[in-house]
Amino acid sequence: MKKNTLLALGIASALSLATASAVRAADAHAPQPPRQSWSFSGPLGKFDKAQLQRGLKVYREVCQACHSMNLVAFRTLGQPGALGFTEGQIKTIAGEYQITDGPNDSGEMFQRPGRPSDYFPPIYPNEQAARATHNGALPVDLSVIAKARTYEVGFPGFLIDIVRQYQENGVDYIHALLTGYSEPPAGETLGPGQHWNKFFPGHKIAMTPPLDKDRVEYTDGTPQTVDQYARDVTAFLMWAAEPHLESRKRIGFQVMIFLIVFAGLAYFTKKKVWANAH
Amino acid sequence: MSGPSNFQPKSPILQWTERRLPVLGLMHSSFVAYPTPRNLNYWWTFGGILSFCLAVQIITGIVLAMHYTPTVAGAFKSVEHIMRDVNYGWLLRYVHANGASMFFIAVYIHIFRGLYYGSYKEPREILWILGVIIFLLMMATAFMGYVLPWGQMSFWGATVITNLFSAIPGVGQKIVELLWGGYSVDQPTLQRFFSLHYLLPFMIAGVVVLHVWALHEVGQNNPAGIDVKSDKDTVPFTPYATAKDNFAMVCFMIFFAWFVFYIPNYLGHADNYIPANPLQTPTHIVPEWYFLPFYAILRAIPSKLGGVLAMFGSIALLAFLPWLDRSKIRSARYRPLFRQFFWIFVITCVGLGWLGAKPAEGGYVIASRILTAWYFLHFLVVLPLLSYYERPKPLPASIAESVLGNQPMAPANVKGSS
Repeated sequence: MKKNTLLALGIASALSLATASAVRAADAHAPQPPRQSWSFSGPLGKFDKAQLQRGLKVYREVCQACHSMNLVAFRTLGQPGALGFTEGQIKTIAGEYQITDGPNDSGEMFQRPGRPSDYFPPIYPNEQAARATHNGALPVDLSVIAKARTYEVGFPGFLIDIVRQYQENGVDYIHALLTGYSEPPAGETLGPGQHWNKFFPGHKIAMTPPLDKDRVEYTDGTPQTVDQYARDVTAFLMWAAEPHLESRKRIGFQVMIFLIVFAGLAYFTKKKVWANAH
Repeated sequence: MSGPSNFQPKSPILQWTERRLPVLGLMHSSFVAYPTPRNLNYWWTFGGILSFCLAVQIITGIVLAMHYTPTVAGAFKSVEHIMRDVNYGWLLRYVHANGASMFFIAVYIHIFRGLYYGSYKEPREILWILGVIIFLLMMATAFMGYVLPWGQMSFWGATVITNLFSAIPGVGQKIVELLWGGYSVDQPTLQRFFSLHYLLPFMIAGVVVLHVWALHEVGQNNPAGIDVKSDKDTVPFTPYATAKDNFAMVCFMIFFAWFVFYIPNYLGHADNYIPANPLQTPTHIVPEWYFLPFYAILRAIPSKLGGVLAMFGSIALLAFLPWLDRSKIRSARYRPLFRQFFWIFVITCVGLGWLGAKPAEGGYVIASRILTAWYFLHFLVVLPLLSYYERPKPLPASIAESVLGNQPMAPANVKGSS
């Protein structure tokens, strides 16, 4: 018996030792974006409407020069849990865009001011046109970008994140990217149209540093810094990617309370049923 | 299905129908009067939880299919339409996407429970094999479902996995073209995957009926792994198992809801929110977490055909388990050595899962090879040898004794129905 236990233990430790030493040989990677505190994280998280409005302003005055957001409709800016705009404000914003519509009765496409039911229009007529103006690089659509980016969290962090409900990896990355520009370190050379970014995979990014101090005017006294701009536009992109985030968390809270009470009742029912069977 | 039933409906209408189609009697004998071993622990509640998972997937899936467009130009957009504009569409999609993971969590627990307590042994071989078939159907369904949003991981996952079949000598390329409906993963692939993704869950439901039928024919195994010998060993399914299953299922729902409402994208890949682009390969193509151990086995073998054979072999092997483990003792409780090897096997599977998520390079490959080798050794060498060399502990005389000790006990409150 004893000898057998030792045998099994021996096999287990040999397996794990071999595995561990083999694994140590691999690995080496880019820096992990620092985690930020976001108003919409956690079980009771909510968007900060003023922040989303500032973020939309940054998007419209900076990002929109190159990046489209074609899955987002103007009407959704006023939905519950969104930016808190009134119908009139949404009409004004939509009206500031030119939408290609048609064909009309004479078979021509035509331009008209946007309506709330329209989507943020494309910036370039097609992908080739976009690449031609950007040294071959394609400015991506930003509709779901906050969910389309992430970074790897090693062991045991990835398990702790389940318990902490941490899912803000995408926005951490975008904030880090927007604030991660610097001169390339000695020995690194950049090609034409390339910039050095600490957090971009491979570090050489085609996007010019988009944000400067005081580039966008804030009327509510919020500091006009690169970090603040990055934070605000990133929060806005999270809303754009997940417009129902607030109702998801609110309903989730109700569901949780219901289920926990139900579980309690189910437990005592089970206990009573089994009382005389053990 | 077995189980004593003297079901007599009171209503004359039901008596009339019952004489012509005794479906209520069948339900009564299967889910009310059906005798279950009185020593079942909470690991036995996952069968019920799995039926719940299947029902959730089918119901949410049917509604999602009402709003989804299976075209390469429209699939990604229609999923976003569901997320943004369909009433509670985000809830349906997140329940369905996380539901797949929950289904696999439950099925892995269910399978490992069967391995630990020897539920595959005589007379439950067919029950076990039907389970392996359900597992295979689940994997096919989940794989095709993941392709439907037509994101980067959908497209490249589909490309990698369908390409595996090209390793089959002779007919491989033909099979791949049949799967694709052309010469690359494209519109016909997406459309047939959608069709099959809708079909397979109903095939799963069919095999589940057989699985439950076989279960009710031979009776449930139990933690002691000994046969039911008298009425004292069992309690009626309702209210005993129903009450216990109900509590376990609600706890499972809390776990499920945690993911759906708070971290709905945790188990997916960020890359799948990038629309599919056949011209741009993602840096790491990684399957969903529940395929990772098999993916690690696939990549551990240096030859393509060898890898494919090892991967499918690792699942096919399960079907032969009743004949590889010859020990007459079912439960690991009374098999001291088997129990240790069981846990080594669990760690091996978890390790393979972790390695499957890592890039196939350097030390990770070596580690995958060691664990892959052990995976097969466990089934092909360890289990057959253990059957001969292991000295099991004495078994309890009966299930009732294993629960209640030797003292005389009050009879269980057997009412038959309630």
